[in-house]
Amino acid sequence: MEKRVYETLHEELFYEKMDNGLDVYILPKKGFNKTYATFTTNYGSVDNQFVPLGKTEMKRVPDGIAHFLEHKLFEKEDGDVFQQFSKQGASANAFTTFTRTAYLFSSTDNVEKNLETLIDFVQTPYFSDKTVEKEKGIIGQEIRMYDDNPDWRVYFGAIESMYHNHPVKIDIAGTVESIAQITKELLYECYETFYHPSNMLLFVVGPVDEQKMMQQIRDNQAKKSFPQAPEVKRFAYEEPSVVAEKKKVIPMHVQTNKCFVGIKAPSVPEAGEQKLRHELAFHVALDYLFGKSSPHYERLYREGLIDDTFMYDYTEERGFGFALIGGDTRDAERLASEIQTVLLSFSSEAVKKEEFERVKKKKIGAFLRALNSPEYIANQFTRYAFYGSNLFDILPALSSLAMDDIAAVASSCFRDSQIAVCEVVPKGQ
Amino acid sequence: MVDEKVTAVGPVRVHTISTDKYKTNTIVWKMKAPLAKETVTLRALLPYVLQSGTADYPSVKALRTYLDELYGATLNVDLTKKGEHHIMTIRIDVANERFLPEQTPLLAKAFQFLADLLFRPALDGGRFVTDIVEQEKRALRQRIQAVYDDKMRYANMRLVEEMCKGEPYALSPNGELEDVDGITAEGLYRYYERALAEDELDLYVIGDVAEEAVLHAVKQRFSLPDRPKRERASSVSVKPQGEVREVIERQDVKQGKLNIGYRTNVTYEDDDYYALQMFNGIFGGFSHSKLFINVREKASLAYYAASRLESHKGLLMVMSGIEPANYEKARRIIDEQMQAMKNGDFTDEEMAQTKAVIRNQLLETLDTPRGLVEVLYHNVVSTRKRPIDEWMAGTDQVTREDVVRVADKVELDTVYFLTGMEATKDGKTGV
Repeated sequence: MEKRVYETLHEELFYEKMDNGLDVYILPKKGFNKTYATFTTNYGSVDNQFVPLGKTEMKRVPDGIAHFLEHKLFEKEDGDVFQQFSKQGASANAFTTFTRTAYLFSSTDNVEKNLETLIDFVQTPYFSDKTVEKEKGIIGQEIRMYDDNPDWRVYFGAIESMYHNHPVKIDIAGTVESIAQITKELLYECYETFYHPSNMLLFVVGPVDEQKMMQQIRDNQAKKSFPQAPEVKRFAYEEPSVVAEKKKVIPMHVQTNKCFVGIKAPSVPEAGEQKLRHELAFHVALDYLFGKSSPHYERLYREGLIDDTFMYDYTEERGFGFALIGGDTRDAERLASEIQTVLLSFSSEAVKKEEFERVKKKKIGAFLRALNSPEYIANQFTRYAFYGSNLFDILPALSSLAMDDIAAVASSCFRDSQIAVCEVVPKGQ
Repeated sequence: MVDEKVTAVGPVRVHTISTDKYKTNTIVWKMKAPLAKETVTLRALLPYVLQSGTADYPSVKALRTYLDELYGATLNVDLTKKGEHHIMTIRIDVANERFLPEQTPLLAKAFQFLADLLFRPALDGGRFVTDIVEQEKRALRQRIQAVYDDKMRYANMRLVEEMCKGEPYALSPNGELEDVDGITAEGLYRYYERALAEDELDLYVIGDVAEEAVLHAVKQRFSLPDRPKRERASSVSVKPQGEVREVIERQDVKQGKLNIGYRTNVTYEDDDYYALQMFNGIFGGFSHSKLFINVREKASLAYYAASRLESHKGLLMVMSGIEPANYEKARRIIDEQMQAMKNGDFTDEEMAQTKAVIRNQLLETLDTPRGLVEVLYHNVVSTRKRPIDEWMAGTDQVTREDVVRVADKVELDTVYFLTGMEATKDGKTGV
């Protein structure tokens, strides 16, 4: 077991790679009641074409299958794992993103038992024809719920506009039609390919004894055997660097217009510190331009083009990166054009040093605040680890971020060819 | 378990929770008054105007620039109702300089900032700045209208409106659209003075700080007139008027939202409060509860099917998103679960499971500064004081008889269904 000390942050992290390839991290947190653990596979909705374990040919699977698998893994021959967790006083959950599927619990008692349950249920799949069919009704309602949600529609619509081929443009849950094609055989195939320990990471944060816990995990893994697994071969989608369509309009029964401007990064660094810096530089640039202390925010708010739903964020994952800026507005068209003007007229030379330093300070404070949250630590640490970056490097990376980093992001991304717009407008307008 | 020190400084109750488990320090300011049609919209606007400018930082830009300088101190405001009380909350969260290279006393600055925000707002000739008030009126209108576009929230709001017609609780904490236009900078300023003079005031400080330091800061910077003790607004839920009401509303939606309201006839004030929590936990509060198991897992009708309590008002609300055609089926299954509760048709295992999960949920809530304040604030809202340790013991001691006794008091009041334009109630598609 390796110990890593982050002195400025007063944190100690313990790490060990299990013999089967599983990466395990433990972050003891004194003073907290709860322990939070995530067991995550490097597998998400975009992984819809790959070479299944033991095969040689690429295979395309139905959209939404990673998310479907996440739901189904909770069900076992003798019942539902949720029941098991709640008997042990834990609250369990799971989520699927573009590139990850995470299973988690939090509990203040029976942590050892709950951890055992978490590892075992994720490593013991049980899919049957009957339960697969039943799940289609439940997920069908989950999809319907999102269909009726204009915030989701405008968010996802903007992503769709940006991408030509990349599966990031496909809804994580799939469609009612695509999930209809899912079978238990397909689920097993995805499971065996992506849930191999060498493709997974276990993170535990809470008031725990790291020695005892690591031993428990070692013992648990030693009892199980897994086939040798080569690194998963995923299909590399050809994606043009520019956006697919400039503008998409979705009429819905809403009272308020919604508008998002999307910025597509033409390419993103693959891994490591470089990737972390690229992501941070993007965040700092957006904060500088659209934060509440920016002149643009003030102007757009005064003109009634934005309100407190206004947000901006940058998402960078395996092989793609995009920013979204927008929210509710009285005039979607004008807001879209104002945001584009701000982006296209940005010049990093005009940024004053003190403004740049202030945005960095704000980011440092926000990072410290985020570290109050065990959920944030576990989820984000895992995300960065899958890219060979380190969450705890954010602090030094922020401090050393330079204007050149911002200039590089602006010159490659803040261009007309990289910008797409999606609007949700009241039907009949 | 939680070391809360409470000391009154003039009319402000100061609650200090000293802990070193966070990397930031949190200040929460709460102002409470009865929920009433005449004031609800003024109150919904006031904190948003206050956070738009102080005497020293008279614009959002100036104010936010200052907060960014303080290592991105966060400032946010919101409005809630607890029972028939309307509560304004202002939260400031600031990094603990212990983790920073620079040793600026950030918490002291945050205190000063809060005092300025509350007592030295940006003014123009003895009233709020008209431009700010007009801007925030527009934002408030948008906030009120936004509920319409979020069908889950909309259905919740509509159920409460229908169920509590004629009671203050029917009011939304974000105010009434029709009352926004009439608000002026003068009128709002007069209300601001009145709220500062009359509201019940609570200040919570959570972080790496001792009580003496907090009290010292408050004495220095918060000077407020004493106020007569208020009559407590009665929050207790009235009995349903005879028959169960059924409200069906049609919109262009794909998923129907079935929301059902019950009167619990038990509140935070009652001895049976912990039994009420247990009742809700077995019935619909969690993923092992009857609603989740029967509506979602067994019948495959919904992605979400749950219940929650408003324990100061004494309401239980079921919510679920279903295919419009499945209305009757979903209602029948939900009714059956309620009947099972009344019949005592639940196992000892369900009892034990629910106790464990409630205990866990409470402990987890106490891990976040925000959750901690919300739990402690129940004791401000209610005349009944429940220290955190009592929550644990109280829940543990609940027996199945207690749960059945509570179940017996729960009465169906209103069924609200938001459904698509075409499906008819009995599930046949219309033409």
